Amino acid sequence: MSERDMLERFLQTDPRDVGCGQATAVLHIYVDLVAAGQDAPSRYPGVAAHLAACGPCGDDFAGLLAAVTSDEPDA
Amino acid sequence: MPLELDAESASWLCRLTSAIPAERLAAERELHARLLRIALAEVRRRSSRTPVTGPELDDVAHQAAGDAMLAMLGKLAEFRGESRFTTWAYKFVILEVSSKLGRHYWRNPPVELDAAQWERLPDRLGLDPHQHAEAACILTEVRHVIESELTAHQRRIFIAIVVDGIPLNALADKLNLQRNAIYKVIFDTRRKIRRSLVAKGYLDEAGGG
Repeated sequence: MSERDMLERFLQTDPRDVGCGQATAVLHIYVDLVAAGQDAPSRYPGVAAHLAACGPCGDDFAGLLAAVTSDEPDA
Repeated sequence: MPLELDAESASWLCRLTSAIPAERLAAERELHARLLRIALAEVRRRSSRTPVTGPELDDVAHQAAGDAMLAMLGKLAEFRGESRFTTWAYKFVILEVSSKLGRHYWRNPPVELDAAQWERLPDRLGLDPHQHAEAACILTEVRHVIESELTAHQRRIFIAIVVDGIPLNALADKLNLQRNAIYKVIFDTRRKIRRSLVAKGYLDEAGGG
């Protein structure tokens, strides 16, 4: 990856990004959709954009998804 | 009352709000055990990114499960059945773990607040000013934006997160701010820097969001 690409990646922002508050508010709904194999990013594009950009919220998403899937019968 | 709950969620809600104390307590104990299991798994999942180790990590999990249980019981009336009940409940404990581990960062921080290690900025932006004159010009422009277009509060946040690499949750705890308030500063500053670099011809208009 070139320096310019790395700089572009660092400066990248998605105008659909809903921010931490809104993403956290619906995180449980989003995670249930993902766990059920449904297309959560299409239903919540702003949440998907945020989870991809915000490290801490992305980490919470990963943790909640792991928690939910650990409850599944074949987990 | 929530509509169209799945059977398991309805059962949890019914038992946790039961008028029979023994039934309610049994449900609370069962749910607490689940929250504790989730918390223990979550602190281990995050263990490589926290200075907390061993029994202390288990303590964090126990505290998170207890605090999440109290918070969740206080908000039972807000559960609207938009997800499974357990997913909604587990969110409380995941957020508690996240918050508590952020707080622990300050017990032995690798970088103090306001360290302002500007020498790390090129790495953060993926630039090598020794290789290209243009990279040095871009870095000068970035610093100019940070110093001239941000308030002191915004500048402090940007430097802490981007320049010094302090975890966002840890900074939120230190400054007693919501995570979103910090994220918004970083988000807006990225846009300001990009706009400035486009205006100066270092980046193309089309590349950004």
